[in-house]
Amino acid sequence: MADVPARGEANLKTAPATLWGWGRVARTATERRSEDLVRLTEDAPLSRGLGRSYGDSSLPPPSEPWAASTLLADRILAFDEETGRLRAEAGLSLADLLRVLRPRGFFPPVVPGTQWVTLGGMVAADVHGKNHHVDGCFGAHLTGLRLRVADGRILDCGPERERDLFRATVGGMGLTGHILEVEFLARRTGSPWVLAESERIRDIDAFIEGLKAAGRDWPFTMGWIDCLSGGRRLGRGILMRGRWATREEAPASTPVARRPPEVPFVLPGFALNPWTVRAFNALYYNAPRSWRGIAHPVSFFHPLDAIGEWNRLYGPRGFTQYQCVLPESAGPGAARRFLETLTRRGGASMLCVIKDCGDEGLGLLSFPKRGISIACDIPIRDDTQALVDALNERVIADGGRVYLAKDAFTRPEHFRAMEPRLPEFQRLRRLWDPEGRIRSAQSVRLFGDRT
Amino acid sequence: MRVALLGATRGIGRALARLLAEQGDALFLLGRGVEDLQRSARDLEVRAGRGRVGFSACDLERPESFAPALADAERALGGLDLVVVTAGLFASQATLEADSELARRLLTVDFSHTVLFCEEARRRLMARGGGTLCVLSSVAGERGRKPVVLYGAAKAGLTRYLEGLDHRFHDAGLRVVCVKPGFVKTSMTDGLPPPPFAGEPEGVARRVLMAIDRGWPVVYAPPAWALVMWIIRGLPRWVMRRVGF
Repeated sequence: MADVPARGEANLKTAPATLWGWGRVARTATERRSEDLVRLTEDAPLSRGLGRSYGDSSLPPPSEPWAASTLLADRILAFDEETGRLRAEAGLSLADLLRVLRPRGFFPPVVPGTQWVTLGGMVAADVHGKNHHVDGCFGAHLTGLRLRVADGRILDCGPERERDLFRATVGGMGLTGHILEVEFLARRTGSPWVLAESERIRDIDAFIEGLKAAGRDWPFTMGWIDCLSGGRRLGRGILMRGRWATREEAPASTPVARRPPEVPFVLPGFALNPWTVRAFNALYYNAPRSWRGIAHPVSFFHPLDAIGEWNRLYGPRGFTQYQCVLPESAGPGAARRFLETLTRRGGASMLCVIKDCGDEGLGLLSFPKRGISIACDIPIRDDTQALVDALNERVIADGGRVYLAKDAFTRPEHFRAMEPRLPEFQRLRRLWDPEGRIRSAQSVRLFGDRT
Repeated sequence: MRVALLGATRGIGRALARLLAEQGDALFLLGRGVEDLQRSARDLEVRAGRGRVGFSACDLERPESFAPALADAERALGGLDLVVVTAGLFASQATLEADSELARRLLTVDFSHTVLFCEEARRRLMARGGGTLCVLSSVAGERGRKPVVLYGAAKAGLTRYLEGLDHRFHDAGLRVVCVKPGFVKTSMTDGLPPPPFAGEPEGVARRVLMAIDRGWPVVYAPPAWALVMWIIRGLPRWVMRRVGF
């Protein structure tokens, strides 16, 4: 029954705090919390959820001292066990959602590599998962959204309603309005367990072939690449594939959620260096040549959650993640050219993920398109900007693009070159927000929004 | 257990209601906005996956709403084993000093009307041979402190009332749980810089549930606040005049 304090009552100036992106990109600003998103977002420049986007997408623009946190707005509003249709407030976390869905034999149609995202964030980034090659992005499974647009109106949109607003919002990084409610179709799974296989792959060409072949029979595929090995071993790694286990294959028990170990503090900057990363990669690559078995759904779908607070590994300067998609039209050599640029500069870190992407989704700025996606962590050094520039030039030459939810370094001219859909997105955005009120640090950096 | 909760649409009350629902208790929600109550009831129904969660309008600013709302709860649940009060008003000391009408409202709601609600709940629980009354007071009532002079005074009064209630009715079967939350990151404290030991609603709710199960008359949550307040209670007046907390 506590009232939302009147705007200005809690003096933001006396409460300096730091907001972070997951890559530990920071700026001084606060987030305000309320169960009542409708009131909270009245004059908010931006909404944010769990702050798991890596760069500056969840940070308010420089002239605004705050963003609205959706985290307390986490109620499930409806769930139909016949159809799987679920409606919830935007701040519901995927972890919480899974606790509700799994015991009932359901699973979200698409999940990203971590459970620590909100439904609103999943829509804003139009997340993809291991099943992108068959099921597309999360946006493809939405049946409706409720938004607060910049002029204060509350609008419902969906595949059959206010379609332009819907398409701009899916993958629109929260820039079309504040996402208040999300409705989507959850799916039945055979059992709560996953039947998984992994296989060692010798180089990048074999990897792409392996992904395409696995994608024909398996709903879930992805691979891990050792980005430090060059030459003949360029792009060697482990390919993983999986599907829901049938009731007969699965153990009778239900998967128990375990609390993972945490990185307890920010490690010194030198902790991750070429030698430690090389050692890690060698260990990982030399795991058994091939493996098949029943996997825990969390370890299979959310490998990023195996260690809590892992962004502390990268030291006080933090890190960025570079994720791009290289279209099929660029030919099979595109991934090799990209990895050559990356390894030549030695900028990559241990986790480099490769993924087979299906067709482009309905979201106007949605990231994936048919081809191969590669993602790698890059610890921030003095030359990170130059490295990202070089990678971006490579990606532009091959007709690819980068993922906004990961980005902190791309230059606006590079983004424009990658994204012919941007003018249309900006045009639609202006229809609901002529004054450009809703914006982020990222939209100021990349789209030329006012500060 | 059959549980009526006043203020469970938000914050610690919401988190506690979810824990109770997940462990299979039958719930009934009391609160101000019917639409808000309906949304929370639906959330609890989906999370628990069994049975309906009823609700009824009840406003701490309108004491005449207390008896009918509790009667609705008793009727819907077929009795009452636990009544939880997490509703209340909060505003900063500066705001309350500048707005005497708001100060009057806050003092009335957080003390007089909360006590009157507890009296109504106590009568109904006792009429059925006893039960548990769990009420959120605050560490703000532990010591007269600069940032919470008025709010703290109301909570101090509430704490004393709950203590007396425990003494008077314990042997007759009434269990009183006085919860003293420290700083918890809810919408109530939104915009205030969180101090060390700030809690999240869910962790605090787990602690409250433990106190209810074990019949603790007083519980601090998060637990570190017991130590913090023990120190603050021991500080001499000349220190309290100088420090900001």
